[in-house]
Amino acid sequence: MSTIATAKGSIPTPNKPWRATPAQRLITIGIFAASIAISGALVAITPLSGNLAYIAVFFISYIVIDYGYSRATQGKTAGADSIFRGFVMLSISIAVIPILSILYTVIARGYKGMHWTMFTKDMHNNAVTDPINQGGLLHAIIGTFLLVIVALIISIPIGLLTAIYMTEIKGRFMRPIKFLVQAMSGVPSIVAGLFILAAIVYPLTKTFNSFEGSLALSILMIPTIARTSEEVLLLVPQDLRESGVALGGTQWRTVAQIVLPAARSGLVTAMILGIARIAGETAPIVLLTGGGDTKNWNIFSHPMGSLPFYIWRGFGAGTPESITRAWAGIFVLLILVLSLFIAARLLSNRKTK
Amino acid sequence: MSSTLTQKPVLPPKREITTKPRLSDKIFQRVVTGGGLSSLLILGLIFIFLLYQGFQTFKSQGLHFITTSNWVATVNEANQLDMKNSHFGLAAMLIGTLICSFIAILVAVPISVFSALFLTFYVPNSLKKFMVAVIDLMAAFPSVLFGLWGFFVLAPIGVSWAKLLHQYLGWVPFFKMESPFFDRSPLIAGLVLAIMIIPIVTSISREIFGQTPLDRIQAAYALGATRFGMIKAVAFPYARSGIVGGAMLGLGRAMGETVAVYTVLNIVYKINWHVLIGAGGNVASMILLKFGEATQGEVKALMAAGLVLFVVTLIVNSIADLIVARSGKTGR
Repeated sequence: MSTIATAKGSIPTPNKPWRATPAQRLITIGIFAASIAISGALVAITPLSGNLAYIAVFFISYIVIDYGYSRATQGKTAGADSIFRGFVMLSISIAVIPILSILYTVIARGYKGMHWTMFTKDMHNNAVTDPINQGGLLHAIIGTFLLVIVALIISIPIGLLTAIYMTEIKGRFMRPIKFLVQAMSGVPSIVAGLFILAAIVYPLTKTFNSFEGSLALSILMIPTIARTSEEVLLLVPQDLRESGVALGGTQWRTVAQIVLPAARSGLVTAMILGIARIAGETAPIVLLTGGGDTKNWNIFSHPMGSLPFYIWRGFGAGTPESITRAWAGIFVLLILVLSLFIAARLLSNRKTK
Repeated sequence: MSSTLTQKPVLPPKREITTKPRLSDKIFQRVVTGGGLSSLLILGLIFIFLLYQGFQTFKSQGLHFITTSNWVATVNEANQLDMKNSHFGLAAMLIGTLICSFIAILVAVPISVFSALFLTFYVPNSLKKFMVAVIDLMAAFPSVLFGLWGFFVLAPIGVSWAKLLHQYLGWVPFFKMESPFFDRSPLIAGLVLAIMIIPIVTSISREIFGQTPLDRIQAAYALGATRFGMIKAVAFPYARSGIVGGAMLGLGRAMGETVAVYTVLNIVYKINWHVLIGAGGNVASMILLKFGEATQGEVKALMAAGLVLFVVTLIVNSIADLIVARSGKTGR
């Protein structure tokens, strides 16, 4: 505390007594290192073996040493706290490890299947079991693009109207609609596919095409867009709406010319999240689109390939080449999803500033 | 000059002040209300069309559709479904769904709750945004990716864990094995589902922990509580019901999962309580499996199965949603 008094006009550094001192940090590292050493020694001496044994012994010895140390220096309560902290750290590690493992696996395995002509060719005269440098997934990229765009065209009006109802009209259906949108976001993707089969394919069209796939995808996409847009519209200050009405605007003009433009970047985020939700959706695509191997720009006829279907078929064929193809497809899909996700994050970060 | 004063000023016509909405507003409100009700329309249509297509099956099988477990589609000469000799019972797959999703919940909920505590109370501020983004990113991964990763990476590890469980906990009824066939078991499917729902349960729990009133947290600290003491006395009681709701949302997601389960699990149409044996299934993946070779008549039975799945997930999600919406008002 005396540092504040002695400071000669300079800004004193903030005093944070709760911060770990270097000695405490050293002890933490020491406990960590000791646990690693114990786990290594125990696995070497006893019949325990495997990665699981290393992790289990490490975790147990860390908990025990940390508990002993905290209990000895700070008492029983601190000991309990240290055990709890150990479990929290273990859990977050378990939660993060799969993400790292998935990213690593996709990059390591997908990389082998990547080649540049993949983006310029389709599979119409190649089987999925052909050598990897033949054929490509242009048709799948086109298909996913069309599926997503059409689904977006269907979902944006419905999702946005739902959000506007929740934030602007606030009528008597507000609670039921909120509930139903939540319920809709839990509809399993296969059920969405079956619904389109039952409602459109069997009674009406009797063929598979990409428009039907887009319809099923929009069932999954509407709740995402509606909920995210609602959150965004709630952030628009009430003053803006009031000033719009005070200037003589009708509610329609206030919403269309003031509220929606004010929430523009947030609404774009909602759409991006909607796309990310459906871009990799596989079950309805397998049921509905027919999964073609040629480039197809017509959404109303002919089977349509897509990235999820490409992966699905490559995996289903089961040969090393086709599985490598599937991993390459996943690699492309993951890059798509990742860039959408990062774009959404950047946009929403800019908005909050 | 004085004449101008005596002259009465010309007032503009009195403005009519009305609270009646104008025509454009009426149209606007109608359109928006219509759009808002579309979710009701869509859910209703899903129910009606699946019921319409599956009605034949419900009528012929009655309650046996959910209580028995043989799925035999007999086809007569005219390639029509022979209703007399066909039996459709969903019980095996319903139980399979429950087993897989309960394993997922058992594994995922503790990890998610602790992770949410980490993200709320333990993580350094500089890391917080990044960690939250990483966990949320996982929720955006497509399910086919989880399926393939589960098949190629997790399954070999899972098999070794299953062998350990069998070796040391073989006396537990669920872990019994008649034949040593560990590959593609419900346990592994449950683990993949657990990893899929961890981000969902984590982000809901994190939001609810984040709403814990700051004054109560600081009161606990001021009374000398450790972080564990504060969580035990303040944060956890406050968030308890929300966590239950989040877990149920995860359950709903796990029950409806199709592609990941299809990829990882060896789908066998029989009731299998032994989670280590490589045979099982869930309703969604069974629909996808049978759909490929199904005849017109069997597709109707699949539609009926889809309706059952739809109703079950709808109920689970609705209960979860009610619990989450109510949470935060309880607690000390």
